[in-house]
Amino acid sequence: MAIDKSMNVLIVDDYKTMLRIIRNLLKQIDFNNVEEASDGAEALSKLRTGNFGLVISDWNMQPMTGLELLQEVRQDSKLKALPFIMITAESKTENVVAAKQAGVSNYIVKPFNAETLKDKIEKVLGHA
Amino acid sequence: MHDLASVNSRLEQLRQRYPQGDAEMIGNIVRAVLTTMRGDLTANETTLLAEIEELASTVANARAEIAALGADDITASHIPSATDELDAIVAHTATATDSILECCEKIDTVTPRLTPEDAEVMQDVVTRIYEACSFQDLTGQRITKVVATLKTIEAKVAHIIDVFPPDPTGDRAEAAAQARKDASDDVAPSLLNGPQLPANAMDQSDIDALLASFD
Repeated sequence: MAIDKSMNVLIVDDYKTMLRIIRNLLKQIDFNNVEEASDGAEALSKLRTGNFGLVISDWNMQPMTGLELLQEVRQDSKLKALPFIMITAESKTENVVAAKQAGVSNYIVKPFNAETLKDKIEKVLGHA
Repeated sequence: MHDLASVNSRLEQLRQRYPQGDAEMIGNIVRAVLTTMRGDLTANETTLLAEIEELASTVANARAEIAALGADDITASHIPSATDELDAIVAHTATATDSILECCEKIDTVTPRLTPEDAEVMQDVVTRIYEACSFQDLTGQRITKVVATLKTIEAKVAHIIDVFPPDPTGDRAEAAAQARKDASDDVAPSLLNGPQLPANAMDQSDIDALLASFD
């Protein structure tokens, strides 16, 4: 299944350097329509007003965490099927389980490489 | 039995001798009272008073030891200085990382002008630099954990000073309360633990296996 790389991707992280890194890595794999949000609340607002095909979010953010954002997305009738990848340094089993139970599409642990990002995106969008 | 006036007179002498009052003074008073009244006390009461005297002596020693340790310096100087240094490390590495990323982005703009073979090599190299730059996020989170730990230590030291103040002025108690408040303000309870140490962490293959177990 061919992936539409012209889709809008929302990346969410409270750390600007990380947003910049993810944006550049996405650009390397031909995802050029990338928007940024610095926390879950801002992301949710953008998701509700925009047209996105993928969310890539950090976990540890305030005022709304990545997990809370995921839960909001899955409870929103218009967004609930949106592919959602969590990229986080939180690698404890209970974190991964909590994300899975909340409906995460895939989970990438930091530090990650471009190949892992590409692989997870293809898996998630291939199943979308 | 000694009359009450005699005891009061002795206490008044002690008050004049130790106008500020401290734990040692309590011990002296107890000794003075014991000396004055011992003949009128039962054996149990004498033992109890002796224990109180010993307790007062222990408190006085603890206060002296805390003063000798310079525990105030830990909360007033050492820990704030350490956290400032750590914050500076985060700021410096962030600045350096941004500079590296800016350079990579410039390289990206000229890569299309290279031969396809060279462009591929260059893109691969730049991608690896982008990947490596994520160290900044992880080191930042680790340092934040260390700062939180230092703040906890600072609050506990402040609490000890609060309980056993080296001197009876109210300044240290106020500082201790402020340190505890600062520490609790700085550590957001809703946040998770951040990156695990490599020896304790699951890697991507562990997480993939865990996720697959749900399918």
